Amino acid sequence: MYALRLWSVRHAGLLSGVYAGFERLLTWCDPLLRRVGYDRLEPPVAAVERGVKGLLFDCRMCGQCALGSTGLSCPMNCPKNLRNGPCGGVRLDGMCEVLPAMRCVWVEAWQGSRRMAGGNAIMAVQKPVDHRLWGRSAWLGVLRAGPAAGRAES
Amino acid sequence: MTGDGGEHRGHGPLNPGATRPDMIDAGPLDPGAPLDPLPGHSSRGRLERVLRAGEFAVTAELSPPDSADPTEVYQRASIFDGWVDAINATDGSGANCHMSSVGVCALLTRVGYAPVMQISCRDKNRIAIQGDVLGAAAMGVGNVLCLTGDGVQCGDHPQAKPVFDLDSLSLIESIRTMRDEGRFLSGRPLSHPPELFIGAAENPFAPPYEFRPLRLAKKIAAGAQFIQTQYCYDLPALERFMTRVRDLGLHERCFILVGVGPLASAKAARWIREHVPGVHIPDAVIERIEKAPRQREEGKRVCIELIEQIREIPGVSGIHLMAYRQEEAVAEIIERSGVLRGRRPHNVIARWAAFQQRRALALTAPA
Repeated sequence: MYALRLWSVRHAGLLSGVYAGFERLLTWCDPLLRRVGYDRLEPPVAAVERGVKGLLFDCRMCGQCALGSTGLSCPMNCPKNLRNGPCGGVRLDGMCEVLPAMRCVWVEAWQGSRRMAGGNAIMAVQKPVDHRLWGRSAWLGVLRAGPAAGRAES
Repeated sequence: MTGDGGEHRGHGPLNPGATRPDMIDAGPLDPGAPLDPLPGHSSRGRLERVLRAGEFAVTAELSPPDSADPTEVYQRASIFDGWVDAINATDGSGANCHMSSVGVCALLTRVGYAPVMQISCRDKNRIAIQGDVLGAAAMGVGNVLCLTGDGVQCGDHPQAKPVFDLDSLSLIESIRTMRDEGRFLSGRPLSHPPELFIGAAENPFAPPYEFRPLRLAKKIAAGAQFIQTQYCYDLPALERFMTRVRDLGLHERCFILVGVGPLASAKAARWIREHVPGVHIPDAVIERIEKAPRQREEGKRVCIELIEQIREIPGVSGIHLMAYRQEEAVAEIIERSGVLRGRRPHNVIARWAAFQQRRALALTAPA
């Protein structure tokens, strides 16, 4: 939902703090989750993730979450799917070049990043999207990649 | 050489090489060949030579024809001959369909022009783009400009599927990986990496203003070596941007070429402001052109004054002239602004004439 998405960016400090706690919990549960099996958990976890992040961020389930580096403004809502910063077409009033009724995802991202701890992750150069991961849980992706990679993400 | 199309419209002595033994931007024998490799240079093209030699560079944008006739490309290029250090071949700019940048570059390199091949992420995925980069380097393209690309909605095919597989940053990084690590994004090795001078765009005149210099820093970290900006009509905004750029030391890590162009009339300026994404033209500029008795002339004068002022801004290494539908004014604008300070960029047609003269002499000389 667009209004809720804007609210989430306005509260990027709070929400990123909540997520940091959630990620610690996930990591703590990791031995148990691994015993159940990531593959078996994939469908229900992905469904929950789709629901929660879809509501808060209009998450598109790219499966490789970059919210921590984009001020909690989901870059997949950018019509050009830009994951590294705004294009040159942003309107003077901060609206999107392609969708004039939508705030530019990266104008939002910059503001969100200033409100959250670790917001300077916006300076990290993001790799191109791996299109095999669409629809998969990024939460489990963090666990699959290992705890060290998880810290680097957030 | 065949098919150079236009008559010789450049300036100067026919054989500039004869009067310039110290030429930094031309090969001595074959005018079409890439320059010899130089230490500290990543390409064999003229633009990088000129910039690294500390000269103030001038590039211009060639609008590609809606045609399969090569002479149309050569005609358009010949207008810039001897006035610019590189010619940008646009890649479906404004999301409108024209001859491809790869095609234009193939024609230009064939006769020895120095193109900047623009690559937009809008129309091709990473497989197509990396293939084009190899092909371009093989044809002798020395420079690429990595762009996100305008959205399909603003062009003549709004029904088209927008690709955007890469973004401008990951495109820069991909090409740098190919060049410096000699491999594709997949990791598969290249037997000969492309020798390219990597460029990117920046728009200091669009929000979020605070992030723009940092985004430039990000592009430099990804591998950008030169920047061509969006049209500048707002000098104070450019100065604010450049102050921040200098504070961050970015002007020492990449060459910044500021985009400029003449406005044909107040009406055209309003149309551009409304319809071309990312172009910011202050009201004062439009009013000044509107009040002038000859609007086209006034548009040129505004452009020339801007060039003179931009040249004085510390950290600016050159200008990029985008004279859409006014290409014939490019030489006049460059000359009247004195931006080259008497320097004469490589003149392809004159070099070929001199080359053929030398060859004819060699053939007729007694053994």
